[in-house]
Amino acid sequence: MSGREGMTVKEIEQALRRGPAHARGVAGSRTSGGAAAASAAAARAAAQRLSERMAEQGLADIGYAPVDSPFGKLLLAASEQGLLRLAFPEEDADSVLERLAARVSPRIVESPAQLDPIRRELDEYFEGRRHKFELPLDWTLVGPFGRRVLGATARIPYGNVLTYTEVAAEAGSPRGSRAAGNALGANPIPIVVPCHRVLRGSGALGGYAGGLPRKQFLLELEGAR
Amino acid sequence: MSTTQPRARGLPPFQRFLDAERDVVWRYLVAQVGPAEAEDCFQETFIAALRAYPRLRAQSNLRAWVLTIAQHKALDAHRARGRRPQLLAEQDGREGAAPSAQEQLLAREGELWQAVAALPERQRSAIALRFLADLPHREIAAAMDCSVEAARRSLHEGLTKLRKAVPA
Repeated sequence: MSGREGMTVKEIEQALRRGPAHARGVAGSRTSGGAAAASAAAARAAAQRLSERMAEQGLADIGYAPVDSPFGKLLLAASEQGLLRLAFPEEDADSVLERLAARVSPRIVESPAQLDPIRRELDEYFEGRRHKFELPLDWTLVGPFGRRVLGATARIPYGNVLTYTEVAAEAGSPRGSRAAGNALGANPIPIVVPCHRVLRGSGALGGYAGGLPRKQFLLELEGAR
Repeated sequence: MSTTQPRARGLPPFQRFLDAERDVVWRYLVAQVGPAEAEDCFQETFIAALRAYPRLRAQSNLRAWVLTIAQHKALDAHRARGRRPQLLAEQDGREGAAPSAQEQLLAREGELWQAVAALPERQRSAIALRFLADLPHREIAAAMDCSVEAARRSLHEGLTKLRKAVPA
């Protein structure tokens, strides 16, 4: 070996910080910046394989993925039971996931593969080829009253509409149209649970958490308006 | 949605924890077990972390915690194969041509990492946590489950041995 010159203390500490040559994927010519990038890329790839494996083997409680749509990137989150949450692009993904961590489980990993079937159904829906979602739903985020309201909403057929009062009646509280409106506004799974199919008695759009233009868009897509 | 449920302890979603710590854990494991086995140890580390994750307190030092797990997985890997950690830089072994400055540097580094591999376990861990995982003394102590003073001592003793092994 030719390297008999030894190293100064400073050189030792610098070399320790760089890590062993094989950890840097070295051939010799890399700068330490390139080495750090190579190591970070290897770590990222390993972490991706890991997330997929965690989702596949059911080790994580919630898988999530961003999904393209005519509205921009939607965030989908699902448990073993089914789709738990669909968030519009304006909702901050970090805080959506934080609230899921606090309310359901912090075992949350990104796993596009787990969300693939749901993504496919959504694609078909937006292309007008699907009139009914088959995917299972997880109602964990919805309270008992909300579940009755959203359950009634989920039974409104494609292209049809009900009024807030009618949905309240379906949910068993005929005078609760305002409460029903609140429950619809808090729908954690919009589009799939079609709260856009609920209008004012006057025929006016009413409200929509994703914004009224989207409600209008969905009703037109379904040929309801 | 009802807001009456008590707010849970505020652990970040696991994915965010993984994204924040994956680089440090990867560097630590590559240095401890070599690139070939780093992937397995990395997966085992984070799968063990995922299992235990909901039981953690939100105030826990997540980096020290996951590095402790990584340390155990690295030791398991060494024991399973009954040998010293693979800290050796691959030597090129080309004969003939005079070594370039770059090759000389790599050769010297190779000796350094052989010396690291020969350190007692706690000193090696302290060195890896300090320089590869870039942890402050307090977190090294947390990851090694010892006092700050003991961590400082392991680090100091390790560095002293390395200086003797590759003197300036």
